[in-house]
Amino acid sequence: MSASDLSHDHGHELGAQMPHGSKKSYVTGFVLSVILTVIPFGVVMAGGFASAQMTGILVLACAVVQMVVHIIYFLHMSPKAQQGWVLSAMAFTIIVLVIAVVGTIWVMLNMDSYMMPGMDGGRLSDG
Amino acid sequence: MAAGSGEIETTFLLGRLNWDAIPQEPIVWGTFVGVVIIGVCAMAAITYFRLWGTLWHDWFTSVDHKKIGIMYMILGLIMFLRGFADAIMMRAQQAMAFDGNEGYLNAHHYDQIFTAHGTIMIFFAAMPFVTGFMNYVVPLQIGARDVSFPFLNNFSFWMTVGGAVMMMVSLFIGEFGQTGWLAFPPLSGSEAQPYVGVDYWIWGLQVAGVGTTLSGINLLVTILKMRAPGMTLMRMPIFTWTALCTNILIVATFPVLTATITLLALDRYLGMNFFTNDLGGNPMLYVNLIWIWGHPEVYILILPIFGIFSEVAATFSGKRLFGYNSMVYATVCITILSYLVWLHHFFTMGSGATVNSFFGIATMIISIPTGAKVFNWLFTMYKGRVRFELPMMWTIAFLLTFTIGGMTGVMLAVPPADFVLHNSLFLIAHFHNVIIGGVVFGVFAGINYWWPKAFGYRMNQFWGHVSFWCWVGGFWVAFTPLYVMGLMGVTRRMRVFEDPTLQPFFIVAAIGAVLILAGIGALALQVFFSILQRKNNRVYSNDPWQDGRTLEWATTCPPPHYNFARTPVVYDLDAWHDMKEHGYVPPREGFEPIHMPKNSGAGVIIAGISTVLAFALVWHIWWLALVTFVGMIAAAIHHTFNYDRSYNIPASEVRETEHAVDHATTEAV
Amino acid sequence: MSTEVLTAPTDERVFHLEQEPEHPEGTSTALGFWIYLMSDCLIFATLFATFAVLGGNYAGGPTPKEIFELPLVAVNTAMLLLSSITYGFAMLSMQDKDLSGVIRWLLITACFGAAFLCIELYEFYHLIHEGAGPQRSAFLSSFFALVGTHGLHVTFGLIWLFTLVVQLRKHGLSPANERRVECLSMFWHFLDVIWIGVFTFVYLFGMI
Repeated sequence: MSASDLSHDHGHELGAQMPHGSKKSYVTGFVLSVILTVIPFGVVMAGGFASAQMTGILVLACAVVQMVVHIIYFLHMSPKAQQGWVLSAMAFTIIVLVIAVVGTIWVMLNMDSYMMPGMDGGRLSDG
Repeated sequence: MAAGSGEIETTFLLGRLNWDAIPQEPIVWGTFVGVVIIGVCAMAAITYFRLWGTLWHDWFTSVDHKKIGIMYMILGLIMFLRGFADAIMMRAQQAMAFDGNEGYLNAHHYDQIFTAHGTIMIFFAAMPFVTGFMNYVVPLQIGARDVSFPFLNNFSFWMTVGGAVMMMVSLFIGEFGQTGWLAFPPLSGSEAQPYVGVDYWIWGLQVAGVGTTLSGINLLVTILKMRAPGMTLMRMPIFTWTALCTNILIVATFPVLTATITLLALDRYLGMNFFTNDLGGNPMLYVNLIWIWGHPEVYILILPIFGIFSEVAATFSGKRLFGYNSMVYATVCITILSYLVWLHHFFTMGSGATVNSFFGIATMIISIPTGAKVFNWLFTMYKGRVRFELPMMWTIAFLLTFTIGGMTGVMLAVPPADFVLHNSLFLIAHFHNVIIGGVVFGVFAGINYWWPKAFGYRMNQFWGHVSFWCWVGGFWVAFTPLYVMGLMGVTRRMRVFEDPTLQPFFIVAAIGAVLILAGIGALALQVFFSILQRKNNRVYSNDPWQDGRTLEWATTCPPPHYNFARTPVVYDLDAWHDMKEHGYVPPREGFEPIHMPKNSGAGVIIAGISTVLAFALVWHIWWLALVTFVGMIAAAIHHTFNYDRSYNIPASEVRETEHAVDHATTEAV
Repeated sequence: MSTEVLTAPTDERVFHLEQEPEHPEGTSTALGFWIYLMSDCLIFATLFATFAVLGGNYAGGPTPKEIFELPLVAVNTAMLLLSSITYGFAMLSMQDKDLSGVIRWLLITACFGAAFLCIELYEFYHLIHEGAGPQRSAFLSSFFALVGTHGLHVTFGLIWLFTLVVQLRKHGLSPANERRVECLSMFWHFLDVIWIGVFTFVYLFGMI
C-alpha cells in the first residue's frame, strides 16, 4: 500500500463508478435477450413439447441464461467492480435467496404431504 | 372493550377513530396522566433553559454518527423502561392469579401486554441499543470521519423513532395487538382481530423496518469503503467485524420481514388470501416466512454484543484477544448458519422427520462456533492481569449466564425434546437467558466501557455495582422458576392458573422481577450520579482504561465531531496498541481543512410524515393516508434537489479544537 | 502483562500520511445502491416463494390457463426490453458527456416504461373485471402481489426518472448527477432481471 495511491481526489467528487458498457456490448446484450425471450415464448405459445417437463426445462434454462446476459451486458457485472464487493454481495444474495426460496418450498410441501395427504390436487408428489 | 367487538363505525374525516378508542382502564389512565405530567415538565424545562434550538440544531438534525448513536441509546433506554413495565405487570398478574383469583388484568389487557413486551423489547429496545453502539463505535474504530451516508443515518434513526411512537400511541389511542410478538395468523387476521391492534403492530414495524434496513446498508458500506489506510479486513477490530456480519444479516433478512408483514397487511386491508383459512390461503406459510427473518434476527442482536465482550475482555485482561482469526471465522460461520435453522421455531407445526432433523442438526452445529468464542474469551483472560472494572464484571456474568442459556438452547434444538418443551415456560426462560444474559448484559458492559469515551468522564462505580448485583441475582431468581415450571409443562402466555402448587414458583419469579427493577433503578441512579459528579470523574487521557487497543482510544474523550484531526494509518491488528508501542505522538501542527457533511432537517420531516401516514392507515383515515403519502414522496424528492450537503472545517478551527484539549489537560494536571 | 515482553519496536512507523487520504464525496454511492438492490431482491424472493407455495391454490377459481394472455405478456416484455436498451444508450451518451442525448434517451426509456405500466394496468383491470381479482384465491393474491410489486417499482423508477431529467436540466452532468443516472440505470436493469423471473415462473410456467 503506497501513500500516493490513497491521497488523490482530495476534496473531489466522484461521478459514475461502476464499469461502463460500450455500444457493442449493449447491442449484443439486447440481441441475446431478444433471442432468449422469443424462444420460450414461442415454444410455450406453440403448445410446448410433448413432455411438459422438457418445455419447463427449456423455459427455465432460457430464463437463467437471460438473467446472466442482463447481469453481464446491462449491469456490467465484473469481478473487479468495487474491489469485488459487488460480485460478493450478489453471490451472497443468491445463496440467501436460494436458501429462502428452496427452503420454503421444501418445508411447505413436506408439511402439506404430512398434514393434508391427498388434498394437494395431485400438484405435489412426495415430501 | 366495546370497540373490540361488533361493527366499527367509520367516518370520512376520522376513519375508525372516535371517543370509544380511548381505553377505559384505570391503569392506562394513570400511565397517561403520568406521561403527560413528565412530558409537560420536560417541555417546560427545555423551554425554560432555552434548549429547543440546541436540541434541533445540534441533535435532531445532526448527521454526526456519534450523536445519532447516543440518540439511539436514549431511545433504547426509554423503550426498555416501557418494555420492563409490561414485564413486571405480567409477573405480578401471574403471581396472584390462582384459586379463582382473576388477578388485576383482564384478558384483553393482558394479551396486549405480552404482545407489546416482546415487540418493544426486540424492535425498540434491543435493536436501537445494538444500532446505537455500531453507530457510535464503528466509524471511530475504522478511523473514519463519519458513515458513508450521513443523512441516511439521521433519517434511519427517525424512522426507528417513528415506529416507537406508534407503539406508544397504541397504549393511549385504541389498543395493541393481542397476538404475541410475531402476530401469527389466523389470530392476527381480520376475522379474529378486526380492530386496530394488529394494524399498529404492522405499521409500527414497517416504519421502523425501513430505518433498520437503511441503517444496515449504510453501516455495511461504511465498513467496506471507509476504513483507514492500511486497515485490511483481518486488521479490523473484532467489534467492527461483528458489526459487519450483523449488518449483512440486517440487509439480507429485514426485506423478508417487510414483505411478509406487507402480505399480512394485504390480507387485512384488501381481503386477500395469503394467510387466511379460506380460498387457498395458508397461515403456516406466514410462520415459515417470518422465522426466515426471525432466526437471523437473534444473531443480529447477539453478534455485536459478542464484539463488545471481545473488546472488553482484551482491554481488561491487558492482552491481545485470544484467537482473533478463529473469532472472525466463528462470526462468519454463525452468519451463514443462521439462515439454515429457522424451522426450529416450529418443529411441532407438522413437518416430517427429514425436515425436522435437518434443521435440528443445523441448529446444534451453530453451538460449535459459539462455543469456540466462549473458549476464546476464557483464554483471553487466562494468564492475563484481569481488572474487575464494571465492563469486565458484566462480561464474566455474561459468560456464566449465556453458557447455560446456550445449553438449554441445544436442548430445544432436539426435535423430540422440543415437542415436550415448545410453547412452555422453559422456552421463555431459555430465550430470556440468552437475551438478558447476552444482549442486556452486553449493553451494560458497552455503556460502562465506552461512556468515558463518549462523554469524557467515568461512570459512578457504586451504583454500577449495585445495579450489577441486582440484575444478575434478579435474573436468576426470576427465570430459574420458569425453567422448572417449563419442565413441568406450564405453558406460556397464561393469565390465570388452576394449580395452586405453582403459585410459589410465580411468587419467586415476581421477586426476581422486583430485584431486576432495583437493578434498573440503580442504573438510573448510576447515570444520574455520573452526570452529577462529572467534574470529579473527568478523564484526561485519550485512553482512560489505559489498555485500550483499538482506534477509538486514539482520539480525545469525547472525540471532536470530525473524529480524527489526521486520519491514522494502520499497520497491525489493535492499531492503537501498536501506536502506543511505537511511541505515537498526536500531531500538533500541519492540519488541513476537513470535509464534513452538513446537518439536515429533512430526515425528521420525512420520518414524521411517514409516522402520520402509518397512523392514518391504522385508523383507516384514507384522505390523510393519501395526503401524507404524496407529501412523503414530495418531501423526499425535494430533499434530492439539495446538492449542497457538505462544508469544510478550516484548518485553523481544527488546530484550535486540538489545542483546546491540550490546554484542558495541562490545566488539570 | 508478564507474558508480553515490552521492548520498543525498532521499525519506524508513520501514522499519518503526508496528505490526508480523504474519501471523495460519493465514493460509496454505487456500492451502497447495489446493496440496496440486493436487499430489494430478497423482497422479491419472498414474493416468489409465496407464489411458489400458493400459486397452485385456485380455490375453485380461475387457473392460469384461463386468464393469462401470453401475447399481451410478450408485448409487455418487449416494452421492458426496449426500455433497457434505450437506457443503455442514455448511459453511452453520458460517457460522451452529451447532456441532451442523455435526456432524450431517458425520456424514450420513460415512454417504454409507461407503456409497460399501461399494459399491466389494463391486464389487472381486465382480470378484476372478469372476477379474477386478488381476493378470489391464494393463487391470485400471490400473483397480484408479485406482479404488482414489480409494477410499483417501475412506477417509482418513472417518478425518479422524471425527477432526474429536471435535475439534469438544472445542473447538467455534474458528478452527483452522473452518480444518480448510474444508480437509476442499475435500478432499471435490475427490474428487468426480476421481470425475467416473473414472466418465466408466473406466466410461462402457468401456461405449460
